[in-house]
Amino acid sequence: MKQSNAAGRLATFRLLVQRFAFLSLIVASVALMILGKADIILIERTRALVADALAPVLDAMARPAATVAQVTQNFHELTNLRTENARLREENTRLMHWQTVARRLESENVVLHENLNVIPEPDPAFVTTRVIGDMGSAFGHSMLLGAGSKDGVRKGQAVMSGEVLVGHVAEVGLRSSRMLLITDINARTPILVESTRTRAILSGDNTARPRMTYVAGSPNMAVGDRIVTAASGGAFPPGIPIGVISSINDGVTRVEPFIQRHHLEFVSVVDFGLGGIIPFDRPPPPERRRRGKEKEE
Amino acid sequence: MTPSIWVKMDTWVRHLVPFGVTLLLLLLTAVPTHLPEFSGISPMLPLMGVYYWAIYRPDLLPAWLAFVIGLLYDIVSGTPLGVNALVMLLVQGTAASQRKFFLGKSFAVTWWAFGLLTAGAISLAWILVSMILNRAMDPSPVIFEYLMTLCCFPILTWILARTQMAFLKDV
Repeated sequence: MKQSNAAGRLATFRLLVQRFAFLSLIVASVALMILGKADIILIERTRALVADALAPVLDAMARPAATVAQVTQNFHELTNLRTENARLREENTRLMHWQTVARRLESENVVLHENLNVIPEPDPAFVTTRVIGDMGSAFGHSMLLGAGSKDGVRKGQAVMSGEVLVGHVAEVGLRSSRMLLITDINARTPILVESTRTRAILSGDNTARPRMTYVAGSPNMAVGDRIVTAASGGAFPPGIPIGVISSINDGVTRVEPFIQRHHLEFVSVVDFGLGGIIPFDRPPPPERRRRGKEKEE
Repeated sequence: MTPSIWVKMDTWVRHLVPFGVTLLLLLLTAVPTHLPEFSGISPMLPLMGVYYWAIYRPDLLPAWLAFVIGLLYDIVSGTPLGVNALVMLLVQGTAASQRKFFLGKSFAVTWWAFGLLTAGAISLAWILVSMILNRAMDPSPVIFEYLMTLCCFPILTWILARTQMAFLKDV
């Protein structure tokens, strides 16, 4: 009798401990959410550290996936060879016309540059890296890249695929980094409608087509207009292609990006020597600034 | 008779299988699939792992391991830290507390319950992320992700059941 009593007490005790552990884990996750909201460096570092640790495994898993994708794509291409050929021929004649136009404009541009003594823009430094993780999630559009701070990747740098803007670097670890796509709900990209020079901000909302907000001036745009980056804010150099306007409905303008997410296997992280979309060093808190001023005075 | 060191080690490794498999499912979600239409949204595979083991072997994937899986899921998928940790924890807790109801029931019942639980889990994640970002998100990708997760459940359960039979039949 005594023994069973003791056993019962032990069981109750165990249950209590379990309940307590469960509750404290709930409290811990809520606390993490609040700490994360407060942008604590420690949380960011931990995230980067864990991502770094997982990077080699993810990299190893991404490679066979890429091979399989290549094989299926090859098969697809072989079956569509005829139609593709016809399409390319047609496109080629069109592009030949554009080539003559571009040649003429280029020579004209060279003459104008010489006449105006334009200082040439410096060539940006860049690193090319493999996309090692693409977590398709309804709660954010980001990708893990296989290069980190030891390869020269810094927070805020532009990520491009060919000549097209893909996103920017949001978190950097030692050998991996997280890239936020322009379609992510947290992404804000200063843009320009190429033909009308209308300025706006491209705000992602976790759908495939981000919307234009804060449109400056008269919004005389049409579906099909090209969208490029604007220099405002010193985030990106002007003129990087982003996409075309896909729809204008009730004042909501949506942009179809040029990037095709599933085709991204390698991307380049480009250092334009600008501050990037996130400034590297934050301005000092107001108190310290005031104290500094007093000293100066 | 006390088991030899090899038997002990064997059991120990076998006991790691549920966590290992769920971790593998988590990493699998992050592999770039290069499939059009699929790259934006992929099923919540680790949720299925947590749910399955909470019902059939809650001793091997306890609440704190579900919490760890959730944290890793947050870090890999870039969601605010703590969201998936809480979701996984609650899914594990609910499923483990109701496991007596599931044992011996048909697969359809398990699927139906998974549907209910995932609906709750994904809505909770949606609410939490919306609260943290301070704006309501478009719910359509979330609904799509939910349906995709539901469709994947039978295949995943079959694989997990096979794994359980292969590694954890006697231990």
